[in-house]
Amino acid sequence: MTSRSLRGRVAVVGIGETDYYRHGQSPDPEFKLALKAILAACRDAGLDPREIDGFASYSDDRSEATRLAAALGTHRLRSATMQWGGGGGGCCAAVANGAAAIATGQADCVVAFRSLAQGQYGRFGQTTGIDTISGEKAYLMPYGVLSPPQRFAMRVRRFMHEHGIRQEALRAIAMASYHHAQANPRAVMHGKPLDAARYDASRWIAEPFHLYDCCMENDGAAAVILVAAERAKDFPNKPVYLLGAASGSGFRAGAHPHNAPAYASANFGTVAPDLYRMAGIGPADVGVVQSYENFTGGVLMALIEHGLLQPDEANEFLTLDNLIAPSGRLPLNTSGGNLAECYMHGFELVLEAVRQVRGTSTSQAPRSDVALVTGGPMVSPVSNLLLGSETVL
Amino acid sequence: MNPESTTHYLPPGLPTPVSEPDGLSEPYWAGLREGRLCVQRCAHCGTWQFGPEWLCHHCHAFDPAWQEVEPVGRIYSWERVWHPAHEALKGHGPYLAVLVELPHAGHVRMVGNLLGDPMQDVVIGAEVTGVFEHHPQHNPPFSLLQWRYR
Repeated sequence: MTSRSLRGRVAVVGIGETDYYRHGQSPDPEFKLALKAILAACRDAGLDPREIDGFASYSDDRSEATRLAAALGTHRLRSATMQWGGGGGGCCAAVANGAAAIATGQADCVVAFRSLAQGQYGRFGQTTGIDTISGEKAYLMPYGVLSPPQRFAMRVRRFMHEHGIRQEALRAIAMASYHHAQANPRAVMHGKPLDAARYDASRWIAEPFHLYDCCMENDGAAAVILVAAERAKDFPNKPVYLLGAASGSGFRAGAHPHNAPAYASANFGTVAPDLYRMAGIGPADVGVVQSYENFTGGVLMALIEHGLLQPDEANEFLTLDNLIAPSGRLPLNTSGGNLAECYMHGFELVLEAVRQVRGTSTSQAPRSDVALVTGGPMVSPVSNLLLGSETVL
Repeated sequence: MNPESTTHYLPPGLPTPVSEPDGLSEPYWAGLREGRLCVQRCAHCGTWQFGPEWLCHHCHAFDPAWQEVEPVGRIYSWERVWHPAHEALKGHGPYLAVLVELPHAGHVRMVGNLLGDPMQDVVIGAEVTGVFEHHPQHNPPFSLLQWRYR
């Protein structure tokens, strides 16, 4: 009987993405984007796409596993998993679910992916066209609490109030993503730097969120190829191993509206300890972090809940200098992330963590044998992932 | 008697709150239309619960009872909204949403608007009183619970 863990049992051997587009600018339909990303990941891995026998995604991805399998002509389909929950809460769990299928013998080669052409479907930031509403949203929408920034701002405000955290901490998180995007030609915001004055002058969306505290809306797709660890060296790239994965949320995190006991939280209170336990390492071992920015305030809370800093040091710790590669104490969102590379619902963060462990990022961190990804913050379930090189196994 | 208002904080056209088809929250919305704030409280174990559910999360007794509570509380958090996320709000300007906790009802929380100047200072912990905002001419009629400083 092996231990109930994914540690060291599955590896990422290929990554691929489409070009990333501004909202509505993709020349390709969403499903075609999914196919392009998967084929790109297979090329990176040197893998015949027909060998894929599992698909894993999240957030009700519209590119269905069985249609993908038929379109790609895979020899057969074995595993098809979908993580419950919306937004990017499942961006790490999709990888974990695919890895679990491999580790338990239910599949041999799983592609985990996200495809999202927001311009071809409804926008997240607009809610016009709804006449009546019931359930959670009925307690919010009639009061003008409609879109994601409006639904999350009060959680962040409460956290900032409880710990005396200043707006400059959120600003540093936004500026770090934009800083790294300037080195990344894939990034939608490449060539569009952000300085403190521009942040301060930007309009409020919902206080405490300025425009630059909020993620973009984009079109694109991204994918990773997973195989059992013992096969990893059959592929051309440096193997990147799963060290740990966890998902979920704490006691009554889903108590609506805004009635979660741990309200001022990113919802990693129980999930982060699970992750470190599986990986057998701690926050001090993490050299580089990709942390899902739906809003900068969610990153603030996610970093703290993962033990990377204490709440009372947030104002001093969260500065641009500390958050950028290669010189910062904790390089953060080194591809530009959801704010400035592409809002691929966090899947671009998974790919970037792989690049960091491989040593191929456009903003390489000096300590990159252990890379953390956090997905979701403030939604439920959230998920996270630790990836590492062979040296840490 | 709490104050009641037929003037409306936000412009018309936002989604109208209605009970789910299974009727779970009907006592809440019906209460607001009558100027009463009702929150679930389990008759078996006394646990407060909001939003409503068919089951008491503490003792697992079904169909928690509804209890009328005084609509007063404290500001737990707040936001000033600037970007209109709905056609009805275009050109309206900023507005305030507050999260209010009710310490006398198990610290349940509810979201409303803070009446008055949208640029006023908002103080976490400040005491507020509910104001029922009725929309009797709307089809279907509905009522909201707003808040003002006590």
